[in-house]
Amino acid sequence: MARFSLDAVSLPGSAEGLRQDVRDFLAGEIGSGRIRPHCDSWLSGWDAAFSRRLGARGWIGMTFPRQYGGTDAGALHRFVVTEELLAAGAPVAAHWIADRQSGPALLRFGTEQQRAEILPGIARGELYFAIGMSEPDAGSDLASVRTRASRVDGGWLVSGAKLWTSGAHHAHFMITLVRTAPAAEADRHAGLSQLIIDLAAPGVQIRPIRLLTGEHHFNEVVLADVFVPDSRLLGRAGDGWHQVTSELAFERSGPERILSTFPLLAAAVDQLTSQPDLGRAGKAALGAILGRLWVLRQMSLAIAARLQAGEAPNIEAAVVKDLGTRFETAVVEAVRLLAPAEPDLASAAPLSRLLAEAISHSPGFTLRGGTSEILRGIIAKGLIAP
Amino acid sequence: MTSERDDLIDAVNRTCDRHQQPAADGWDEALWAALENLGVTLLCVPEENGGAGADHAMTAAVLATLAARAAAVPAAETLLAGGLLASAGQQVPAGPLSAAPAGQELTIRPDGRGYVLTGTLARVPWARHVRTVVMLGETSGRPAVASLDPQACVLQPGANLAGEPRDTLVLDAVQLSGGQVAELPGRGEQATARFALRAAAARVAQLSGAAQRALELSTAYSCERQQFGRPLRAFQVVQQHLAAMAGEVLLLQTAAAAAALAMDTSADPGLAITAAKTVAGPAATAICAIAHQLHGAIGFTDEHPLHLATTRLWAWREEYGSDHEWAARLAERALAGNGGALWPMLTGTLPHSGPPGSAAS
Repeated sequence: MARFSLDAVSLPGSAEGLRQDVRDFLAGEIGSGRIRPHCDSWLSGWDAAFSRRLGARGWIGMTFPRQYGGTDAGALHRFVVTEELLAAGAPVAAHWIADRQSGPALLRFGTEQQRAEILPGIARGELYFAIGMSEPDAGSDLASVRTRASRVDGGWLVSGAKLWTSGAHHAHFMITLVRTAPAAEADRHAGLSQLIIDLAAPGVQIRPIRLLTGEHHFNEVVLADVFVPDSRLLGRAGDGWHQVTSELAFERSGPERILSTFPLLAAAVDQLTSQPDLGRAGKAALGAILGRLWVLRQMSLAIAARLQAGEAPNIEAAVVKDLGTRFETAVVEAVRLLAPAEPDLASAAPLSRLLAEAISHSPGFTLRGGTSEILRGIIAKGLIAP
Repeated sequence: MTSERDDLIDAVNRTCDRHQQPAADGWDEALWAALENLGVTLLCVPEENGGAGADHAMTAAVLATLAARAAAVPAAETLLAGGLLASAGQQVPAGPLSAAPAGQELTIRPDGRGYVLTGTLARVPWARHVRTVVMLGETSGRPAVASLDPQACVLQPGANLAGEPRDTLVLDAVQLSGGQVAELPGRGEQATARFALRAAAARVAQLSGAAQRALELSTAYSCERQQFGRPLRAFQVVQQHLAAMAGEVLLLQTAAAAAALAMDTSADPGLAITAAKTVAGPAATAICAIAHQLHGAIGFTDEHPLHLATTRLWAWREEYGSDHEWAARLAERALAGNGGALWPMLTGTLPHSGPPGSAAS
């Protein structure tokens, strides 16, 4: 049986110095009213000006080499910056996908021209990406994508539709999983490729799909004979499946899989500090949530260290996402017990508003980036592999 | 994992393969002798006190391995006793030891010939099999460590759910010499808090080992057992159970590793250990439930080894404070802050972090 394990990690002292810089910056942003804390701010908090301010401080593209506009600070320093931003509920959605996985994918598989053209804009907080994976008939079963790219002179002609593409209506590019050759009988993962599609190109139509709150984050991106030049093929034609799955440890293990509801928890604890004694059972319930959060953060940190070492701990990352996203939902239940409030998106009381944001976004936590059921399938296959 | 640690774990496993006996009365004397010979019974005790001077990460890994093997030896208790003696500047004797906090039910009174001990020590681990129980108590308002011979007490045998001895010692004016009692610096509640943290960290390491054993047994059984013409592992519902269990096992293993790392590197490992013991209880609960569900009726029997893991998980989650007690302490840390202090508390970056007396070493 495979043994999964994670070594505990201490952050270097320089990362803790950076943490204080980020805290001071965020205190200024919140104090001046430029930003306001929200739950799930990495989906809902689209603020291009804020992203540019982060970029100006060197806090985007921290894993990119300096020649591409990054700071080459590494995964652990990036971890500190991202967890501080998420804990504060800061609006990081605009640059999130580009910084977390599109940029690293370009670094890993992109051409020199692609890196030089795109990475500096990501690091400045100016170029944004969407993820073009799911389709109307391909959700959890990603290998059944039908969007086709046909060979034409100088590039590809792409037709199909991508679904649930968060932020596509603002983003500049979408790394898109397409079929460039029919699936082989023996290997349905063959014949897939990734294309960097310019969302302003002719033939791209973006339709909003509103969340149950009416918010517009999701889209359907319809591609009708969109021309994509050869220079925008990411990696190798036919390697799409391998390339997509190599992003997963980045996509699944970060602090955003634990902290989506942290602003709610922080607001609840702030309220409880000014109230009479919680009692034994209340303290036990609060402490149980805090202990779980503390250890989940250690797991996420341990994976960041493995990524920094060039490893791809995909199964451990799947565990972190499965446990972390269930924790995000458990926070809602703990707060309901300990600091009751009626959820109200329009409320002036932060607790009511954050509770409403957390509840209404919670269905997404255990779906996006691989459903819990898919993740558990991956974990189990790792366990029982001969 | 470092190769040095891997090598030591391999050696511990080989020692168990060769020497582990079916434990009558919950005590494996042959295995203990072999482990002492290997030099792993006083790992994190300083060398100047007779220990091996290893770090807590190495120690936790060995405790987890012995727990996974259901080794019937007082490995954690000997380390805790050794730590108490070392903190009093004393040499640690060979042989199995136990450690116990005195609580309110016991007094250590100086007299002309040394000290007189009167009262009760409840549920002392392995007391009937050790030559010395190292007791942490107070005398004349100062913390003190007393080396007690269990033969000098009335011993009421008891056991935890796993059959490990948990004996109650009744002390009726037991006379100790001056050399058997050593005063400690600092205040009594600080010494008690330090002991509680070290004990909790040891149990979390052991819990992680027992959890790993339960997962290995469940995985193996799911591959062997055929129903409806297929092995259990072919059923998605079984795979979902296995994966949920593996998640809790990895959480527990990371908690144990993070607690050990904090003891090795942090001035205030209290937060890490408190969080680790807090999560260990619910994780153990979930792991036991899934392991038994996957095994069906056979896992519920004495003849199948699953109980060696699950009864330890059930017993150890309560020892040295239940997860609920540790969780309440964690909540008190959070509620002690002013507004906006939760995140700095969790990341260990409060300006003055940690309550007094929380340092573990």
